[in-house]
Amino acid sequence: MTAQADDELWSAIADPSRRRVLDLLVSHGEVSASWLAGRVPFSRQAVSKHLVVLEQAGLISRRKQGREVLYQVEAGRLDQATQAMADQAAQWDRRLATIKRLAEAAHAEAKKRSES
Amino acid sequence: MPGLVIEREVVIEAPAEVVWRTITEPDQMSQWFADRVELVIEPGAHGYMGFGDQGGPVVVETVDPPARFSFRWNHPRDEEPTAGNSMLVEFTLTPEGSDRTRLRVTESGHELRDWPDAEKQRYADEHQEGWAEYLDRLAAVLAKGQP
Repeated sequence: MTAQADDELWSAIADPSRRRVLDLLVSHGEVSASWLAGRVPFSRQAVSKHLVVLEQAGLISRRKQGREVLYQVEAGRLDQATQAMADQAAQWDRRLATIKRLAEAAHAEAKKRSES
Repeated sequence: MPGLVIEREVVIEAPAEVVWRTITEPDQMSQWFADRVELVIEPGAHGYMGFGDQGGPVVVETVDPPARFSFRWNHPRDEEPTAGNSMLVEFTLTPEGSDRTRLRVTESGHELRDWPDAEKQRYADEHQEGWAEYLDRLAAVLAKGQP
C-alpha cells in the first residue's frame, strides 16, 4: 500500500459520518444511496459526497443495476485497515514485553542486593 | 475518547515503583521505545524521540507516579500537540499484590493522521455522533489480543 493510499484510507474512515455510512454497508450488503440517505441524520448530498470519498479510498465499490447504482464494501481494503491497526498493536506488545523484561530484571537485582 | 484506540496490557512481576521508573526514565525508555530520548518527566515538558535518523517531538501530558503517565507524539513538527493532531499514549499501572503490577497502554488518535484542517475541526464538532460499530468491534478485537 503506498503512503498516499494509506493516507486516503485513514482520512476516509476517520470521519464519523463516513463511518456511519460504511457501517450500514457492512451490515446491509449492497444498497443504494437513497436507501442510505433514509437511515442517516444527514442529507442525500452529504451521503453522495461520503460515498465518493469511500470509493476513492477503495473501501467501497459501485455497480449499476437497471436505473439504480448499488454500493458495497470492499472487504480486502477493510482488512488492510484492520491489519494496519494490528501491526501497531503488535509493536506495543513488543514494547511491553521489553518493559516487562527490564522491570523484572531491575526488581530481581534490587532484591538480591537487599538480601546480601 | 472516541476513535481508533489500541489497548494492550501486560502483567509484570515487579512493584509499581520499579515499573514506573522503567517507563519514565529516559535511559530506560531508550531501551524499549526510541533510540534517543530527550525528555523531562514533567507535565507540559517538550522533548524529542529519535528513531535512527528519524524522530519527532513529544510532549508529556500526565505525570502521576506510580500510577499514570501519558505523552503525545506524532504531531506536526511546528505545531503544539492537541487532541486533533497527535497520538496520545497513556500508561496505567495497577498494583496486584506487593510485587506484581498490571501495566496497560492505550494509544489513541490513529485516525487523525494526515487530516486536512477542515476535517479535523469537523471531527471535533461531530465526534459525539455515533461511531461505526465495525470499528468498535475492531478495537475490541485488538484490545482482547494478549501479548
